[in-house]
Amino acid sequence: MPKRETPRSHRMVVLAGYLIAFIGVGVGLATGTGHAEHKRFLIGIVELQLTNPFFVRLERSAVETARQNGLDVMTAEASTAGDSATQITAIENMINHGVKGITLDPANATALVPVVKKARKTGIIVVTTNTSLAPMTAANATYETDNLQAGILIGRWAKAIMGPKPAHIAMLDYDLSDKTSKARHDGFLRGFGIVEGDPQIVGSALTMGNAETGQTAMENLLSAHPDINMIYTINEPAAEGAFFAIKNAKRDVLVTSIDGSCSGVRAVADGTIGATVMQFPIRMGKMAVEAIIKAVDDGVKPSGFHNTGTVLITDHPVAGVASMDSKWGLQNCWGK
Amino acid sequence: MGTTELLGQVKMRDPDVTVAKAPWPDATEAAVPGAAGLRASLRRPMLDLLAYPSTGPLVALIVIFAVFSLTTSTFMNLGNLSLIAQQSVVTGTLALGQTLVILVSGIDLANGAIMVLGTVVAGSVASHGDVMLSMALGFVACVLVASLNGLVIAQLRLPPFITTLGMFTIVAAAARLYSQSQSFPIASNLLSVLGTGAEFGSVVLTYGTMLWIALTLVLGYALNETPWGIHVYAIGNSPTAARLNGVKVTRVVFSVYALAGVFYAFAAWQALGRTPVADPSGYQLANLDSITAVVIGGTSLFGGRGGVAGTFVGTIIVVALENGLTQAGIDSLYQQIATGALVMLAVGADQYLGRR
Amino acid sequence: MMTPVFAVDPSLAMQATGLTKHYGHVVAMEGAEFELARGEILAVVGDNGAGKSTLIKALAGALIPDSGQVYVDGRPVRFASPLDARMVGIETVYQELALANQLDIAQNMFLGREMRKPGVLGAVLRQLDKKRMRQQAVGQMHNLGIRVQSVRQAIETLSGGQRQAVAVARAAAWGRKVVILDEPTAALGVRESHQVLDLIRRVREQGLSVVLVSHSMPEVFAIADRIHIHRLGRRAAVVSPKTIAMSDVVAVMTGALPADAVVSAALSPANAQGFA
Repeated sequence: MPKRETPRSHRMVVLAGYLIAFIGVGVGLATGTGHAEHKRFLIGIVELQLTNPFFVRLERSAVETARQNGLDVMTAEASTAGDSATQITAIENMINHGVKGITLDPANATALVPVVKKARKTGIIVVTTNTSLAPMTAANATYETDNLQAGILIGRWAKAIMGPKPAHIAMLDYDLSDKTSKARHDGFLRGFGIVEGDPQIVGSALTMGNAETGQTAMENLLSAHPDINMIYTINEPAAEGAFFAIKNAKRDVLVTSIDGSCSGVRAVADGTIGATVMQFPIRMGKMAVEAIIKAVDDGVKPSGFHNTGTVLITDHPVAGVASMDSKWGLQNCWGK
Repeated sequence: MGTTELLGQVKMRDPDVTVAKAPWPDATEAAVPGAAGLRASLRRPMLDLLAYPSTGPLVALIVIFAVFSLTTSTFMNLGNLSLIAQQSVVTGTLALGQTLVILVSGIDLANGAIMVLGTVVAGSVASHGDVMLSMALGFVACVLVASLNGLVIAQLRLPPFITTLGMFTIVAAAARLYSQSQSFPIASNLLSVLGTGAEFGSVVLTYGTMLWIALTLVLGYALNETPWGIHVYAIGNSPTAARLNGVKVTRVVFSVYALAGVFYAFAAWQALGRTPVADPSGYQLANLDSITAVVIGGTSLFGGRGGVAGTFVGTIIVVALENGLTQAGIDSLYQQIATGALVMLAVGADQYLGRR
Repeated sequence: MMTPVFAVDPSLAMQATGLTKHYGHVVAMEGAEFELARGEILAVVGDNGAGKSTLIKALAGALIPDSGQVYVDGRPVRFASPLDARMVGIETVYQELALANQLDIAQNMFLGREMRKPGVLGAVLRQLDKKRMRQQAVGQMHNLGIRVQSVRQAIETLSGGQRQAVAVARAAAWGRKVVILDEPTAALGVRESHQVLDLIRRVREQGLSVVLVSHSMPEVFAIADRIHIHRLGRRAAVVSPKTIAMSDVVAVMTGALPADAVVSAALSPANAQGFA
């Protein structure tokens, strides 16, 4: 029987594959080297999935701060929400490469603890950003938004704005096993002065934190409960989507959100969103990296919980709840 | 025009030579080999009923609607029904392309990402001004990537699962790189026109819904009334048999993936009509939703059986489940369980009836 | 050793001379001769590995020989693909039958050669003329005496014998000159085999010439007008079942008996003697 030769076309594909791989590695190596003249040490920056522009901004802030200070930078990200495996592997690689410090936005509060302990044992400074480990002290320090406080702020504002009007609330959440999501949800309830299961909450739905799922969820809730007159949303894209649903249904619903992205603040300015709570990812990344630099330079290790700030942004301020207007918001927002 | 076939002028031999009829066994015997007992006695009537692949899904749809109308008073009103129609257009249009691919024994894991790429390209180009250009480029992006899939699968014979999985990863990342993970609000009326339509009180018949129905009918015609359609089904049955009969298998399979890309482009337009924001992190599970709609609709994953009528019903089932469960206040995780169970039921029914 | 002098005979449905095919060092076919008389049923027999399928593929256009020439009705032909063979009027029924199981009988009969409606509907909208295709399918089945419930039955609901019948009916419907059948009864039971053989006779009565590849001696002797014995990549002999015993055919097949020890039934003088 004649030997079955690999068709020429198959071989070309394999060759092309190798070529692409080599080029990819080459490009990666070329861009991996730092820009600054003073290369002092290597820092690792581990972030969550880049599908979320918040994490994109946070990572970029950390990387920029590091580069501006002449550090070498290694980065890694979770591929999806909850993907701790990628982060663990990345940290192990960073330990091998001799990083002196790591900023970590953990995909899972408990799963990352062992590898962080391993890193700290070799003298690496590890700080968490955006959300902390369990226990929080597993890392040297943490730089995050107090998401519970964010929820409380927006809840209190909403309660004050509604006044004596009976509230029919819809909650558009993200997966509530996510720490941030749960904290905001609980904070809102506390701020509004209600507990889980309160009859004022007429409906709730889970979204993916983006516009199209926010829209679908809002449409379905409005269809079942046309009396909804205010909503809590996990973030501004979900709020935006919900707004389309509200507009299409020709209703008047108060929309609240959290995040403080520039597009979100613009939505506050044009009245789509009633109020939102701003986070400061740029500050977060900067503070985290600077803390590590200080520790490596002066030996002063960072510690404790550092609140990077929450500010209520609205053009309809209420008594008893501090806030800034959308103009200020546009000057301090992150993202596009 | 007489009995002229597609290739050349080969006529089928005129069957006017009469021959003495010879005895031949009645076709009713041994029609369904290998069955016994209860299965056998159930099989015949079930086979007759389910001769149309869309019967099962239709029954499921009726059951679902009946149940929801009992649990939620607002489910069956016209406003909600028109809402379900609007919510179906994106998955539905994606699922039309997916139906084609699955009919030739393939699968497309990249279709959601391709659609998102289309929206992002259109959104970003439109934000700089030229709307017509943005539509053209979005369309081209979708068809180009889908055609690339088709080339690799039809010509290089790489497995569809692996190819489209790889393409999904590449395209999703490319869309995010291109847009820097930011979304583009859509200001153009033309880009978002499919979200508008005729309003009759609480009922909105969007152009998007009309387009979805029209596309379903067109694809249904192509699959059922043209030689190309027969060839698609033949290839799904057996590519060897098709080839031995002169069907240009490589060409047809490529055309399937490329045409699917056209539907993905329409799906992108539908998405912008539904939600006038081009979001690179949107529709992350749309590929699986489209596959679910196709499978629940009765199209066999092995190819060669099923069609767009079933997909139409399957899409509505998937959407109605989310709509009804959310309104009933049931956790969306239960919706996923329900959908998954329906998929297994659909595939199981396919197997049990001995189709494959 | 006789040097064959080959002469084309236009009265023969098919002829071939010097067919050769090598796959690297493997010789699949070496100087094979072939002749098929008009209106006859010619059985092609040979042991496993004798090269029967290579010969058949060359005649069916599924394979391009390295050298040699095929003639149809005395005219030289060149097949670059099975489609070319079909154009000349040669239809083949492969062992796998090449039927699409979930399509129905009529759709299979016209697979790859669908009829479209006349006028705009057919030309622009490319609409199938299902009614006419079904009518023709019904007619063809009727003329060959094949009874099925409906031409709208899916192939998967038919028995093995019925499927074979459909495949043969398809080839007979489209074939204008020659129908090649590759082991049509290999997967069938006794009764269904008999029915297929009857069908083949009716195909011949419709005016077609039949090439029948078979492993079954009783079958060959029951139906064939002549028997082409293939051995070691070439034709060993062509004999008539009337003038040879079954055991002798088998002996020539295996080489136990030299080809010139049996009475040749070759029609064309140069095809008279192969090499033992």
